[in-house]
Amino acid sequence: MKILTGNDLGSGDVVWWDGKGWSRDVNDAVDVGDAADAILAAEEAARRVNASYAIAATQTADDVRPAHIKDRIRALGPTVRLDLSLRPGDPDAAKQVI
Amino acid sequence: MYQYDSYDQAMVDARVEEFRGQVARRLSGELTEDQFKPLRLKNGLYLQLHAYMLRVAIPYGTLSGKQMRLLGDIADKYDRGYGHFTTRQNIQYNWIKLDDTPDILADLATVEMHAIQTSGNCIRNISSDHFAGAAADELVDPRPYAELLRQWSSFHPEFDYLPRKFKIAVIASDTDRAAMRLHDIGIQMVANEAGEIGARFYVGGGMGRTPMIAPVIREFVPALQMISYAEACLRVYNRYGRRDNKYKARIKILVHEIGADEYRRQVEEEFAHILTLGLEPPQAEFDRIAAFFADPGFESGLSDAVDRSDPDFALWLDQNTAAHKQPGYAVVVISLKPTGGIPGDASADQIRLMGDLGTAYSLDELRVTHTQNIVLPHVKKADLYTLWQKLDVAGLASANLDLISDIIACPGLDYCSLANARSIPLAQKISKRFADMDRQRDLGELKLKISGCINACGHHHAGHIGILGVDRKGTENYQLSFGGSEAADTSLGVITGPGFSEDGVVDALEKATDVYLTQRSEGERFLDTYRRIGMAPFKEAIYG
Ligand code: HEM
Ligand code: SF4
Repeated sequence: MKILTGNDLGSGDVVWWDGKGWSRDVNDAVDVGDAADAILAAEEAARRVNASYAIAATQTADDVRPAHIKDRIRALGPTVRLDLSLRPGDPDAAKQVI
Repeated sequence: MYQYDSYDQAMVDARVEEFRGQVARRLSGELTEDQFKPLRLKNGLYLQLHAYMLRVAIPYGTLSGKQMRLLGDIADKYDRGYGHFTTRQNIQYNWIKLDDTPDILADLATVEMHAIQTSGNCIRNISSDHFAGAAADELVDPRPYAELLRQWSSFHPEFDYLPRKFKIAVIASDTDRAAMRLHDIGIQMVANEAGEIGARFYVGGGMGRTPMIAPVIREFVPALQMISYAEACLRVYNRYGRRDNKYKARIKILVHEIGADEYRRQVEEEFAHILTLGLEPPQAEFDRIAAFFADPGFESGLSDAVDRSDPDFALWLDQNTAAHKQPGYAVVVISLKPTGGIPGDASADQIRLMGDLGTAYSLDELRVTHTQNIVLPHVKKADLYTLWQKLDVAGLASANLDLISDIIACPGLDYCSLANARSIPLAQKISKRFADMDRQRDLGELKLKISGCINACGHHHAGHIGILGVDRKGTENYQLSFGGSEAADTSLGVITGPGFSEDGVVDALEKATDVYLTQRSEGERFLDTYRRIGMAPFKEAIYG
């Protein structure tokens, strides 16, 4: 699948396109097919996202997994500060994104 | 310490207000990201993996207690309770919100700090010897000269759009504690035969993808002419530096391509011209600056005796303190490298505490080192034990300065958008594997440096042992190199061979240190043994 990501303009938070807006949770990301460029142009213009781009990902039974390690780390947070990540209670979180 | 005059303060305040307007226009949509990005970068604001990142300048790494405490407060108020001290003697915050940035810069301005020229193709924050003004081995205090350069290079319109970033370091002792020859311009203050102070210029050093050691371009420039000489060096670069190719745009490439002799010839020609214009700063201005760096009221007649009866304290004393020029005082290095910790990171509480300790025990002065540690430059020997106890309680008393666990590591793929691999988890693994302090001390001085990509922010080329993170078909891989140094014996590391996985590299390190232990001669450091016996025995142990 092809999904969209970027950073929230004001807060800088990593966000993912969920079909209607931008979510903090990569698992909300939806396949945008051929619409990537159009959505990104409109969303950047509306200042709802910054530094956005499209990436490849796979949908598994329970999550959306970006193809590249960099985006998996963006989705989680720093692997060395899981307390600040999106899965603070999960000691295996780092292993799963690598 | 240098104190802003009304010009400095007005410039910084005006810059804060200017940026406030720019941020408002970005948020309102008047500016696109393409328009705004160069403006935010001029103010040290990057966009990294998880958020905006703000890099705050710490000129020549010198801070007062009040400034340090404010850095701690910023970490709490606007970030997530910590900051990262960098190899360029600055601090970075990883979780900054765009809307907060003008307020952060305004807070910084209240203590004479800013984030100007910490990014972009301009002259960056000037770095120096972190023991300046305290070291027993310095000729003069290099900071007045660094400050002179700072004033000249701040908002210098001619050098605002250089082909690429430009980094200057100034030292004044033969022991190089600032990686001086790995800068675009490295300056060593020296004395000529008449005993006059001047600057020896090294130009064209750097790390990154094409590491180079700067050659000497001029042996002696009279002190007050050093600005003009630097101007000539930059002017030639500005004219001929490779603007066509980002990867060839640093001055090192120009000096390398045309050769040091031709570069020198052109600089001398330009210098001769500048001298006819009479632009040198007046002696009185230099004296005014130098007065700020006068010795900070040392007490005289203090004893050099230290009670070593607490064995843990004695180990720290031997490892983490250095000789001070004033009898009865010592230079203390606070290690930000606890076992399993994140090199260079400190919590808001730790930052404030170090600020308080700097005020109480170090005549209100602190330094940031390019090795990502903090220095209290002027501590009375009589206070060392009390100070150590206070550091220990806060987890700041690791006695590992210059040992294998005193690792330099860049933020790597945990934070940096340019990274190929993570640096920090590797540093953590290594420091845990070598956690036994007796073993570390037995291995002796061993400078280990890790970068998460070829940009070399973690100085891996200059590590006795260097590690570079690379991307191998989507997985993290690490190249190992030996033989680098950024001290007076500057050299560049040589890659051992094929790369390793994260665990593989830790195993390889262990094999390499075993080779050192069996092969070393009396008094040799890892680096010395490597230089004597060469790569072959190490290679055999690692890959054999
Ligand atoms: C996280 C954001 C960072 C980015 C985007 C970044 C980017 C870069 C780039 C692109 C280069 C190569 C420049 C060239 O060769 O032309 C570089 C070099 C360097 N950076 Fe960083 N860096 C970052 C963080 C850091 C940190 C945290 C430190 C200190 C720990 C640092 C210190 C340096 C140093 C010392 C060099 C090499 C010396 C040189 O060739 O100038 N940087 N950086
Ligand atoms: S060396 Fe590479 S990974 Fe590390 S901070 Fe610099 S640019 Fe980022």
